[in-house]
Amino acid sequence: MFRRAPAGPTVRAMSSRARARELEPQSVISSEMAAIESDYRRAGVEETQPRLDYPPYRGSLLRHPTRDPCDVDPEAIERWAPCFGARDVDPLEADLTVGHAGEPVGERVVVTGRVVDGDGRPVRGQLVEIWQANAAGRYVHRRDQHPAPLDPHFTGAGRCLTDGDGWYRFQTIKPGPYPWRNHCNAWRPAHIHFSVFGAAFTQRLVTQMYFPGDPLFAFDPIYQSITDRRARDRLVATYDHGLTSHEWALGYRWDIVLTGGQPTYVEAGELV
Amino acid sequence: MTLTATPGQTVGPFFHYGLAYDGDCVLVPPGSPGSVLLRGQVLDGAGVAVRDALVEIWQTRPDGSVPRDVGSLRRDGWSFTGFGRACTGQDGRYVFSTLVPGAGKPGRPAFFAVTVFARGLSNRLFTRAYLPHDDAALAGDPLLSALPPRRRATLLASRDERGFVFDIHLQGANETVFLRYPGQ
Repeated sequence: MFRRAPAGPTVRAMSSRARARELEPQSVISSEMAAIESDYRRAGVEETQPRLDYPPYRGSLLRHPTRDPCDVDPEAIERWAPCFGARDVDPLEADLTVGHAGEPVGERVVVTGRVVDGDGRPVRGQLVEIWQANAAGRYVHRRDQHPAPLDPHFTGAGRCLTDGDGWYRFQTIKPGPYPWRNHCNAWRPAHIHFSVFGAAFTQRLVTQMYFPGDPLFAFDPIYQSITDRRARDRLVATYDHGLTSHEWALGYRWDIVLTGGQPTYVEAGELV
Repeated sequence: MTLTATPGQTVGPFFHYGLAYDGDCVLVPPGSPGSVLLRGQVLDGAGVAVRDALVEIWQTRPDGSVPRDVGSLRRDGWSFTGFGRACTGQDGRYVFSTLVPGAGKPGRPAFFAVTVFARGLSNRLFTRAYLPHDDAALAGDPLLSALPPRRRATLLASRDERGFVFDIHLQGANETVFLRYPGQ
């Protein structure tokens, strides 16, 4: 009597190959990305933010506004940001490697940097939130169907408040690259999602931090939706041996600049 | 300005466990005195509900002042922080329980400041959901008065029996007016 083989990796890989036949090849996406970057260089006008209209990122096709935004002067409420304090965030939330029964699998890292405004002034006491995949590239999310293992010792969400000089600091594990279905054989470079509040509502930022030297950068339409290479580089952390600790964790430095809206600067607690 | 802003990136599909939290969309307890609902639907260019969007609001108190209370992440039930966050559901709908914002200045229209994030949206979008009831103030608003009627209408919440309704069209004929602030 034979038992039916469980739907193991081979079966799953086969069905994944069948699904992949419906998707466009990387070469199509890559040539679209190359054409856009080449046009951008020829135009010679610097862009510092991602393009909302970036067709190689297929999920954006019906989700990007087609009209230019309206220029507006911020009103009082927009010149301020929500206040967060010790009540909101437990210091332990900055360490993604604790809070479970054991140590998560993966390369332990410290990610730290300063949040500043366009003049280099620190953004103090503001909320930084992160979320990420585990070391195998799997998110703790019901919609993530990537057949990589979940880690019972890793959730992958953290928070902290910036200190008086704008510093944030997280301890976590390095996330793995992650496959998605934008096209056939699409893989996201390893990244940590960041959500940051500034000194004003107008400075609100959600972005992704990447690790230096990732071989997937050139293939990824989300990263490449920023058409300017220097601007893309601003999302890549720097390996910092001074932040690396003996027999413990590798250190990465990543600073964040928030601009826009000419916020009103006052001392904490003072109202204008 | 000497430094260049860090670029944004999409919030992606898996933000829920990183950004959602208990009470995120409940600025005041539903049914408490003065509470209203602000609700709506996020739609794409084909009119299809966006089920993986995140909407944030930031608003004045009913007297028009700017809230300075902490506690949006762990609400105490009585402080009004002015900040809320709501993930859209399978039907693209979001809802907040909150207070009616007041005008920041006399004679100016009141609005909710709104930020929208979604999978497929490469950067956050800013907009305003204006309260519909003060015609004189709305007519004098520099942003609204510069817009043709159809575009202007996308910034006006509508009133219903429980509060306000504000749909967000990311694209299409009724595309919402999105905002750019100086320095962006």
